[in-house]
Amino acid sequence: MWTRALIPVAAVLATFVITSIFIILAGANPFEAYYNFIIVPLSSKFSALEVLVKATPLIFTGLAVTFAFAAGYYNIGAEGQLYAGAVAAAWVGATFTNLPAIVVVPLMLVLGFAAGMLWALLPAFLKVKLKVDEVVTTLLMNSIIMYFISALLNGPWRDPETGWPKSPEFFEAARFVQLIPKSRLHLGFVIALILVVIVFIVIKRTPFGLQMRAAGASKAGALFAGINVNRTMLIAALVSGGIAGLAGVSEIAGIHYHLISELSGGYGYTGIIVATLGGLNPIGVSVAAMFIGLIDTGAQTVSRVLGVPVYLGDVVQSTLLLVTLSMLLLQNYRIKRI
Amino acid sequence: MLAVEMKHIYKSFGPVKANHDVNFDLEQGEIHALLGENGAGKTTLMRILYGLYKADMGEIFINGEKVAIHSPKEAIAAGVGMVTQHFTLVPPLTVAENVVLGYTNGVVLSQREIEKNVAAASEKFGILVNPSALVKDLSVGERQRVEILKALYRNARILIMDEPTAVLVPQEVDVLFESLLRLVKSGLSVIFISHKLIEVMAVSDRITVLRDGKVANTVKKSETNQVELAKMMVGRETFGVRLLDACETSEPIYELSGVTLDGKHGKKVLDDVSFCVSRGEILGIAGVSGNGQGELTEVITGLVTPTKGSIKIEGRDITHLAPGQLSDAGIGRTPQDRHEGTIGDLSVAENLALEHIKDYTQKGLLDRKKIRDDATTIIKEFQIKASPGDQLRKLSGGNMQKVVLARALSRKPKVLIASQPTRGLDVGATEYVRNRLLEERARGTAIVLLSEDLDEVLALSDRIAVIYEGRIMGVVPSAEATPEKIGLLMAGAVQH
Ligand SMILES: Nc1ncnc2c1ncn2[C@@H]1O[C@H](COP(=O)(O)OP(=O)(O)OP(=O)(O)O)[C@@H](O)[C@H]1O
Ligand SMILES: [Mg+2]
Repeated sequence: MWTRALIPVAAVLATFVITSIFIILAGANPFEAYYNFIIVPLSSKFSALEVLVKATPLIFTGLAVTFAFAAGYYNIGAEGQLYAGAVAAAWVGATFTNLPAIVVVPLMLVLGFAAGMLWALLPAFLKVKLKVDEVVTTLLMNSIIMYFISALLNGPWRDPETGWPKSPEFFEAARFVQLIPKSRLHLGFVIALILVVIVFIVIKRTPFGLQMRAAGASKAGALFAGINVNRTMLIAALVSGGIAGLAGVSEIAGIHYHLISELSGGYGYTGIIVATLGGLNPIGVSVAAMFIGLIDTGAQTVSRVLGVPVYLGDVVQSTLLLVTLSMLLLQNYRIKRI
Repeated sequence: MLAVEMKHIYKSFGPVKANHDVNFDLEQGEIHALLGENGAGKTTLMRILYGLYKADMGEIFINGEKVAIHSPKEAIAAGVGMVTQHFTLVPPLTVAENVVLGYTNGVVLSQREIEKNVAAASEKFGILVNPSALVKDLSVGERQRVEILKALYRNARILIMDEPTAVLVPQEVDVLFESLLRLVKSGLSVIFISHKLIEVMAVSDRITVLRDGKVANTVKKSETNQVELAKMMVGRETFGVRLLDACETSEPIYELSGVTLDGKHGKKVLDDVSFCVSRGEILGIAGVSGNGQGELTEVITGLVTPTKGSIKIEGRDITHLAPGQLSDAGIGRTPQDRHEGTIGDLSVAENLALEHIKDYTQKGLLDRKKIRDDATTIIKEFQIKASPGDQLRKLSGGNMQKVVLARALSRKPKVLIASQPTRGLDVGATEYVRNRLLEERARGTAIVLLSEDLDEVLALSDRIAVIYEGRIMGVVPSAEATPEKIGLLMAGAVQH
């Protein structure tokens, strides 16, 4: 299966070649651009840590998508589930003012997970009971929560002093500890890494994981083996929602300390790229998340140094997804001489 | 006035009385079916009418006039055309050339004119052909149309068709029947030979049944049915096979009684299915595809719960058990489609373990060593060309089928459900699977063999149950079963 591991590497190289065209069109030198994309962010401690900060939510959402995909459930709703988790965390962080961190933080994680599950429940239920396509419903749930948050922030949670649409600030105890002084890297990164290990064990090493992979790969085959496919898929969808919810908890408790409607910046969707690029393998997901984090950070450097639009980062990410998907597809074919 | 009347026809070939005092008549514009078992004398009678054989005795009248036909040429002149079991076309020539061949009145026609004439005839009779196509490029159904057109072009008013459907696929049969029904409306009279009851009931106006060279009966289609026709055809109620009791076995350990499954439109896809299998016995379930074997497999492998009825193993009711529990109860299950009963993306070892995942769990985690070790043992025992870690989808059909079979057999089941066990396999793999089933039988396993391959059912089974439209038509001891007899049961011709 060494070819499978080579795919991301080949995809990255192909993406560099393809995106060079855009870089040239934007009036910059591709080599210089990629130097700034890749090397510069890693050459200072501060920006290298910033890469990990950016990677943190992506590890969560990448794992969330991976978990559902493994069971054959296409969760496009990690974005919405992330916000659901964030709402729960925002509530905990601003409400339980006299509890110590050791209690508040786990409480936030548990409720954030539950909120993500809750937000994933309806599409999963419709899928299992009525065979409603989850791609559509999970996507719709993303829009719904944005309106819900907008209503919250412009209503009960509006900042009473400034009038800005942002929730009340977290109390000190609810804020994730910084891992390294003067950097933004926070506890969320550690939780993400622990989760990588847990998800890996669950998917690859437990009976449930095997049943989940079986159901995801062949519904008929799983049914024949006596697996309750609907139940398996429902659980996978809910856990996926919960993990995405943790992404919201981590962002709000680790970075912002209050709820804003621009909390995510599309981490839920990028999670799909991360999961695909990581080959639906938790370890791969963490590597992919860091790579995307690097490109995100690098895009700002490139834009600053070379004066090209910062959206170049998005172009690179999207191209990378398309190239990876094409390669995964083509992997199943073999070139033959007739 | 009758189109054809054959009176007291006798014809013997040595000791064989192919036709013995046969009376047969054909009305104007009717389709008259000649029905009979192999060797009943149908072809002989028609060859006499077409001038290929000379009757030993008897008279023939065509349109009321007594005739003596000595050759096909004279038959054609009398308005009789015949489409034989084997076509008489010249492959390298065009359709048009074949149609006019030997019928050009001595005048040499140009290619274009021939094609024009044939195209006109094609239009007139509603028999669609492409006049300029070469016969060798045509499908069997198209060739048959050319044969029909050839007869009609020669002004045949009486058309004999000897088992025209034997060579056709179902859609072509439909097209043929439509053409025939249209042609008789415009005055053609048709004699249609077949031994398929369903077809005979579909197109004919009257039916004459021949048995051992004699007319058993002539009946109107509207006044008979398949079962009655079948009885006339074979002359006995039971085709000479003893129909057994569904549970007439020495030591029944697996038993279905009254299993019924409602389909989508209120139709029963399984209707009161009952049978028993005993230790060391193979019960074959034969049937034309689409008559309920698929549904039966789903029910007895636990994928679908029957609407009514019960399934028992050693007296224990297992009707409502889930697939995994069935295996624990001693049922070895194989899927009817190996691709749908397995998971191609998982490894061979994982596929082997999946059904009994509890046995491979230790402290909540998968016991990967045990999964691999057990797989290695099974792979060796069943001579599967693969290693435990190989993705199942990469295996050849035969090896995949071995995995499926091994998965069921490795648990030493008391009952084995073998569904389409050799479908799509090559000779070697088929041989292996069949031998393996026989070994299991020798070991004392009760085997239910569901197969669309009648030869396989006949070769392996101790008893054969025939399923037709979801019902068991009868159970036959294999020693007394022949393809013909089972075929009649499969066609729904007779019921126990
Ligand atoms: N030319 C022949 N020479 C010797 N025996 C013949 C000849 N033609 C037919 N028979 C015998 O006459 C009997 C009737 O044969 P015939 O071909 O008429 O049967 P059939 O009803 O057309 O059967 P099938 O359904 O198999 O076509 C058979 O026993 C056959 O072996
Ligand atoms: Mg014949």
